[in-house]
Amino acid sequence: MSEYFRDIASGVTTVLTGMGITLRHFFNAVKRKGDAGIDDDNYFRQVDGLVTLQYPREVIPTPEIGRYRLYNDIDDCIGCSQCVRACPVECIEIETIKVTKDDLAVCGKTSDGQQKRFWIPVFDIDLAKCMTCGICSSVCPTDCLYHTQVSDFSEFSRENMIYHFGNLTKLEAEAKRKKLEEEKKAAPKPKPKPKPKPKPVPKAAPGGAEG
Amino acid sequence: MSTSLNAWSDALSGFSPAGLPLGLLIIAAIPLVFIALYALTYGVYGERKISAFMQDRLGPMEVGKWGILQTLADILKLLQKEDIVNKEADKFLFVIGPGVLFVGAFLAFAVLPFGPAFIGADLNVGLFYAIGIVALEVVGILAAGWGSNNKWALYGAIRSVAQIVSYEIPAAIAILCGAMMAGTLGMQQIILQQQGEYGFLHYFLFQNPIAWLPFLIYFISSLAETNRAPFDIPEAESELVAGYFTEYTGMKFAVIFLAEYGSMFMVSAIISIVFLGGWASPLPNIGALALNDWTSGPLWGAFWIVMKGFFFIFIQMWLRWTLPRLRVDQLMHLCWKVLTPFAFVAFVLTAVWEIYVK
Repeated sequence: MSEYFRDIASGVTTVLTGMGITLRHFFNAVKRKGDAGIDDDNYFRQVDGLVTLQYPREVIPTPEIGRYRLYNDIDDCIGCSQCVRACPVECIEIETIKVTKDDLAVCGKTSDGQQKRFWIPVFDIDLAKCMTCGICSSVCPTDCLYHTQVSDFSEFSRENMIYHFGNLTKLEAEAKRKKLEEEKKAAPKPKPKPKPKPKPVPKAAPGGAEG
Repeated sequence: MSTSLNAWSDALSGFSPAGLPLGLLIIAAIPLVFIALYALTYGVYGERKISAFMQDRLGPMEVGKWGILQTLADILKLLQKEDIVNKEADKFLFVIGPGVLFVGAFLAFAVLPFGPAFIGADLNVGLFYAIGIVALEVVGILAAGWGSNNKWALYGAIRSVAQIVSYEIPAAIAILCGAMMAGTLGMQQIILQQQGEYGFLHYFLFQNPIAWLPFLIYFISSLAETNRAPFDIPEAESELVAGYFTEYTGMKFAVIFLAEYGSMFMVSAIISIVFLGGWASPLPNIGALALNDWTSGPLWGAFWIVMKGFFFIFIQMWLRWTLPRLRVDQLMHLCWKVLTPFAFVAFVLTAVWEIYVK
């Protein structure tokens, strides 16, 4: 019989304790929970207040060292294709045209002074495939391929997930190819690597979204 | 006061242009409009907001300022939903189930006094009628659960019926304590006895040293009768999908929802009428500050009873978002071994107090 009353007493006290906790949270809903990180001394003391983030209007900044959307700074790209070989999911597609001698100045140099030797009509990254492993950016010799902090880039169509970074239009690429052919014909001996590239037309115009 | 008590409703019921009893329709429509507005906007919206705040969330925020129009958007969505009656269902029971459920919850509103002048029917057995007619909900639940031809729905209905029938015993005995204190079953008479210049001190809860016991017992039982947490095993989401309304869609589902929120207000109003003075103002007259006189009247009465009802609805929601669901055996243990004996004790003590002490 005493157990019966003890049960009732413990039932009442535990219910009241629980209701006290929820009521405290209810009244703390006027506050926002602090944004102290785990390494903050105050982390476990900031337990009360709203935690909801109204996402499109409020965002937590992504960490500076985080890897999110892949971006290629095409002005610094030398077209070495190491990223294509490194990529485990084959999400990068690249097409290059060798720069003819008279065009070397036009093609320019990278920001650290290296002469660029390839036109890059196609540099497509399929971000739907990209798993942000970062191997491509670690092998990139000019550090032009890197992951940005942009984390929200959802699209309604899969095609829009392919980002085009190429630096030539289709017409320009055609012209550069012809120019290269003529130079090869004019040259006394055939070069060992005449850059065959049978693919006739790069599939999309350059442009695309900026990083 | 008591002679002019129903002056407004009498005048309204006499209002019959061209021989049509329009006044009677208006009287009946007052609680209907109220329950609709309440259940649609404040009930669901309040529940979602309160639960969100208790869980450190924000709740609906997108539709309107602070999401205040979210419920209207939900209603519009439910109106557009296809009304599905599954092939193997008992069509008749399936269709009348939500209707009976809603009518059962709504019939009790006829005897709820919304102020000194607003009452649908001032029956001299109003309290008895109210707790009796609510039992009609059981029929609706059973019809819905059986008609669905679904094992979850049937389990939910069986649990619900067992629970509601069981909990009616402590609830009725606890209400009987209030009726003993008042010496009447008429709603208006019960409230009139709790009205006075000392405000809340006239309430039965403070008139009797053991009145808190039937008050608590009735409150707990009313949670079970309205299938609210922690006694929501009939619709236990984690085991029964949605209980007896698993198969319902569209407006039938909305009607079931409406019935739940309607009966929530109904039991809250009954507990405030029996123990907390219904539409009687809680403010006392203090010397020259005649707070009680100033805050009494037909509109103030409606204000007070609605406020008291909302207060108990808040407690119901507070409990729901605090306590986990009881197991079936725990539920029955609480009803038959705890609440019912204590209800009898409260009954005897109230009788002794009323006869020998008062």
